[in-house]
Amino acid sequence: MKQKSVTRKTILYFKKTWTLYLMMALPVAFAVIFRYLPMTNIAMAFKEYNMFKGVWDSPWSTPIFKWFITAFSTRDFWLALRNTLTLNLLDLFFGFPLPIMLALLLNELAFRRYKRFTQAVVYLPHFLSWIIISGIAMQLLAPRTGIVNVGLSHLGFQTVNFLTENGLYIGTYIALGLWKEMGWNTIIYLAAITGINPELYEAAEVDGASRLRKIWHVTLPGIRSTIIVLLVMNLGRILGSEFDRPYAMYNSLVMNVADVLSTYVYRVGVRGFQFSLTAAVGLFQSLVCVVFLLTANAIAKKFGERGIM
Amino acid sequence: MVKSKKRKAGDLIIAAVCFLFILICLLPLVHILARSLSSAQAMINNRVSFWPVEFTWESYYYVLKDKAFVRSLGWTAILTLICTAVSLVMTILCSYPLIYDSLKGRKFLNGMMLLTMYFSAGTIPNYLLMKQLHLIDNPLVLILPNCLSIFNMIILRSFLYGIPDSLRESAQLDGGGPFAILIRIYLPLSKPVLATLALFYAVGRWNGFSDALMYVPNPKYAPIQLKLYQVINNLSAIEVAQQEGFSAPSASEGLKAASVMFATVPILLVYPYLQRYFISGVTLGAVKE
Repeated sequence: MKQKSVTRKTILYFKKTWTLYLMMALPVAFAVIFRYLPMTNIAMAFKEYNMFKGVWDSPWSTPIFKWFITAFSTRDFWLALRNTLTLNLLDLFFGFPLPIMLALLLNELAFRRYKRFTQAVVYLPHFLSWIIISGIAMQLLAPRTGIVNVGLSHLGFQTVNFLTENGLYIGTYIALGLWKEMGWNTIIYLAAITGINPELYEAAEVDGASRLRKIWHVTLPGIRSTIIVLLVMNLGRILGSEFDRPYAMYNSLVMNVADVLSTYVYRVGVRGFQFSLTAAVGLFQSLVCVVFLLTANAIAKKFGERGIM
Repeated sequence: MVKSKKRKAGDLIIAAVCFLFILICLLPLVHILARSLSSAQAMINNRVSFWPVEFTWESYYYVLKDKAFVRSLGWTAILTLICTAVSLVMTILCSYPLIYDSLKGRKFLNGMMLLTMYFSAGTIPNYLLMKQLHLIDNPLVLILPNCLSIFNMIILRSFLYGIPDSLRESAQLDGGGPFAILIRIYLPLSKPVLATLALFYAVGRWNGFSDALMYVPNPKYAPIQLKLYQVINNLSAIEVAQQEGFSAPSASEGLKAASVMFATVPILLVYPYLQRYFISGVTLGAVKE
């Protein structure tokens, strides 16, 4: 009797919810095929991958970590690893504070329509691809014909090879990243600022606080937790690597400082057919990234924030 | 009195600094636009700054004469429309069931989707999968593998969560099934978010480069970013222009500027209409479960 009512309950439940499960079917199929199925191919990082045999019939490599050992003894891998870290750290160092300052600035902007216009303009570069941006940069910064160098030589300075000298390339790479994302990254801070209790500002006003004092004692403390969480999460991504940005910008002259893990994997793996080696590099990167992210998340939660999971 | 004067001065200084940021963001684009509309001679003499010199449509004319470039533009436009539609449907299908707290297996499905944000198989295993699925050089490879962004799914899910349950419950009492409720109540209320997500998906596809570079060697299916990459790196000079003796280096600079504009203008066109929506969308994305 009891058994029967449970079955009936189940049937009733599915009668009410089967459409929901049906809806989920496509997204689940998508995740299984395009996100989980490729994970089985990770095995090739531990195999002597042979294109004609496929991943499963290729023999295991001996020792099993052969490709990791090979990668770690390759100069290009170390360079790519070093560059990934260097460029990401510089990105963080310059790219992290600027949006905060810009958000504070925008928040203080008194003219409403002008504020909205400014926001619309500074968000715009976020929507341009790295290919477009590198196309613009190459024309702007060209040694003889670029407007920047033409300007420099008009002012009596020497022309500068922004994209073909190591140090300058790094600077340009970071600056273009700032150009693209500084405006966009203010959104989250501006949202946090709107969440600050207006009474705090009124109280500060009564106390005769100046604009700077209000920013320092009300606005900044009000977005402190947002800042901490974003900082920690950015640190968690310190070994991640974009592809389009370095690939669109680099050239053979600056390879030593410009090649990052993603471009290394592409060149040596997809183009150079060293699949097992680069699968090992990719796996190494993915694993380190996950560990960093989980750590970062745990730290962010310690600060009393939701974190990202 | 003195104070308010000081305050006004501060407002003006802040406005001026903001203007500086506007210039930083816009001037590079203005310069490229000016170049694309200037004569080759003016460019050789480095006379172009922020206004076209010896105004001419020549660069655009030559780019448009390149059939491969124009075909790529058209193809990318179609591709973008398809991808945006498919992705929106997928995002709705994935996020809507997940807001039913009573749904059995919801935690599992949710976790299964979120996990893919943190750990991905990697470039090479993915590349191999495309080979195994015979998707290399197949136009579907530009649509299917990225037709659902979990990040966007979270944005929509957070928004749908915000819609009061009471609306859903009263519709259920009227005998509406989950699908009917979705169509009649949830979707009409989500128009602003859906517009934001459409923008994200459309821009993502229009700007997409690496998947084409890796999976689509056939130039027939090259999307505009791949084509543009080749043009600005002199990998494929605009053929027709060369045939007509338009191959001086400075002239090809004009062609590059015009090519960049072709890839940029569609974004500039949709941007003003959609930008009022996306701020709320991005903020929703920060609220994760």
